[in-house]
Amino acid sequence: MTQKNMVQAINEALRLEMQRDGRVVVLGEDVGKVGGVFRVTQGLWDEFGDDRVIDTPLNEAGIIGTAIGMAAYGMRPVPEIQFADFIYPAFDQIVSEAAKYRYRSGGEYTCPMVIRTPYGGGIKGGAYHSQSPEALFIHTAGLKVVCPSNPYDAKGLLAAAIQDDDPVLFFEPKRVYRAVKMDVPDEAYTLPLGEAKVVRPGEDVTVVAWGAMLYEALSAAETVEAQGISCEVVDLRTLWPLDLESIVRSVEKTGRIVVVHEAPKACGFGAEILQLVTEQSFLHFQAPPARVTGWDTPFPYTLENEYLPLAHRIVPQLIATANY
Amino acid sequence: MRTLPPDDPTLTLFSILREDGTADPQQDAFLPRETLLAMYAQMLRIRRIDERMLGKQRQGKVGFYGTITGQEATPVATGLSLSPEDWVFPALREAAVMLVRGFPLSTWLAQVYGNEADILKGRQMPSHQSGRAVNQVAWSSCIGPQIPQAVGAAMAAKARGDRSVSVGFMGDGATSQPDFHAAMTMAGIHRPPVVLICQNNHWSISVPTEKQTASATLAVKAHAYGLRGVRVDGNDVLAVHHVVKEAVDRARDGGGPTFIESLTYRMGPHSSSDDPTRYRSQEEVETWAKRDPIARLERYLRTAEILDDATLEGLEAGIRAELDAALAEVEELGPPARATVFEDVFAALPPHLQRQQAQFLAMPPAQLAHH
Repeated sequence: MTQKNMVQAINEALRLEMQRDGRVVVLGEDVGKVGGVFRVTQGLWDEFGDDRVIDTPLNEAGIIGTAIGMAAYGMRPVPEIQFADFIYPAFDQIVSEAAKYRYRSGGEYTCPMVIRTPYGGGIKGGAYHSQSPEALFIHTAGLKVVCPSNPYDAKGLLAAAIQDDDPVLFFEPKRVYRAVKMDVPDEAYTLPLGEAKVVRPGEDVTVVAWGAMLYEALSAAETVEAQGISCEVVDLRTLWPLDLESIVRSVEKTGRIVVVHEAPKACGFGAEILQLVTEQSFLHFQAPPARVTGWDTPFPYTLENEYLPLAHRIVPQLIATANY
Repeated sequence: MRTLPPDDPTLTLFSILREDGTADPQQDAFLPRETLLAMYAQMLRIRRIDERMLGKQRQGKVGFYGTITGQEATPVATGLSLSPEDWVFPALREAAVMLVRGFPLSTWLAQVYGNEADILKGRQMPSHQSGRAVNQVAWSSCIGPQIPQAVGAAMAAKARGDRSVSVGFMGDGATSQPDFHAAMTMAGIHRPPVVLICQNNHWSISVPTEKQTASATLAVKAHAYGLRGVRVDGNDVLAVHHVVKEAVDRARDGGGPTFIESLTYRMGPHSSSDDPTRYRSQEEVETWAKRDPIARLERYLRTAEILDDATLEGLEAGIRAELDAALAEVEELGPPARATVFEDVFAALPPHLQRQQAQFLAMPPAQLAHH
């Protein structure tokens, strides 16, 4: 057990999976010699060489397209898209191809791969190094979407995603990459996909968050605790398939729910979560289900802290929901 | 700027059979009688299947059909050049490669009907066949994504030390797509055992090739990516076979990828939903009718005394019998089971799909659309 940040934990998961399974290959822009722009793949090229750690040309459709061919053939590729903002040139390969390989072949072909990509704001990245496009992929049948909030979860969830038989989008909160350190076992382990976790138990309001915004939700929960409002904070960890049961269990206890996410509000994943909970738990509600999200604007550079649903924006919503 | 010599293989047109069906004696490989007859029989077989199935579409028995009339040479020559371990990433007009490689006709036809015998469980439009048994992958109607996938499969084969070759097909329109550029770039850098074949049939639905590119040929694009490129007469099955087999063998032996432009012509409509008289002349169609790949090989085989009327009658009768039997087997089958709608989204049914499936199965069945 060593203290590790998320970059180290993900790096370790990749190394251990590559050692365990010769079918696992890493490919992407700058993932080789330099170890990725965030150094997540550092040292893998030295250990596994050109054939398994592939510096690709600057072409996201090519990265995902070749990874799909590798996966169909029997490999376990782990392509990296350098920033989630750069994923759109590969969008067709992901939604028309990877997501549908199994279905359209009647189950004869599969596409087991993990697309790793750093997402989210808070690093002064402006419009093209800050976005959170998870809802686009949740909306596409056939994809799993994972978003860890801490190094321990990141290591176990990534290993599970690589061992999963379906394509997984693995969104890494780059704001958390080096900001959080915790004890992470040195050996290999997996954490099951599709299981949320109550990270702070409470009685009055359920707060659902994931990735970097989990810390804002926790901080807001801490603040309102002083005013006598007890929040139960749920870290989704896997966004899709959604662990609806865990959310429902919490909401049926608290009677109130607030979802926090960085992505814009319109058609954001929060809308889906709240509707699913409403269908199941309507009679338990003591306040309207609420969201605190990014605005329906492109992502701004200088004013990014005005855009992000930081704790100071979550606090008033928690108070309003608790006192409805 | 380097000027390519006029005899550069990406600018010329490699052919063996002349339009009158005589062979260029310098090029004729004098293939064994059985190979030549197999080429002829397979091309004829595909032509007859297409004729019958287009008829079924016109009668309203199937919803859609895409013929490959005039383009039979490339899928047949490719199918005969491959080993069982090789992979095919097709575009719209290469489903027939599966038949050449021994895939059962009845199962292939069941896909056109989308019925309970269809291994794709009725999920794709007709003429979108695939089959693991012959390593031919399922494809989408989006143009081009299969090209980098073919390169990726070949990279995987190379990394694993397998001897398998991957073939990626496309039409002329696909060469305008970013995926083409991605695939050619990747293939040039990694040099995996892949053969990329463009069937240039002159038309992307209604848009002619000269509106796809100002490039002198499509094959010449290979040079910019550092790939070997060849342009071949796609209505000359002997030439296509020579070029594809050479490229496949070279790739298998570690000699790297080849980009082949197979120059041909789409004699029929883009699909059963298209009316080509709206955008191209009858003269053009008639010019290409004279280069029909089946008629050309037939003249060659008759001259070489490999084919006579009796042999041809035997072939026709055999194809008819096979087609009748396959259709009898699948034509009247019912639709796939309702529950299959929820299968194969993921390896296992996640909770949200379990809930939706239960809701779905509790409802009365929908009226299925008639063709």
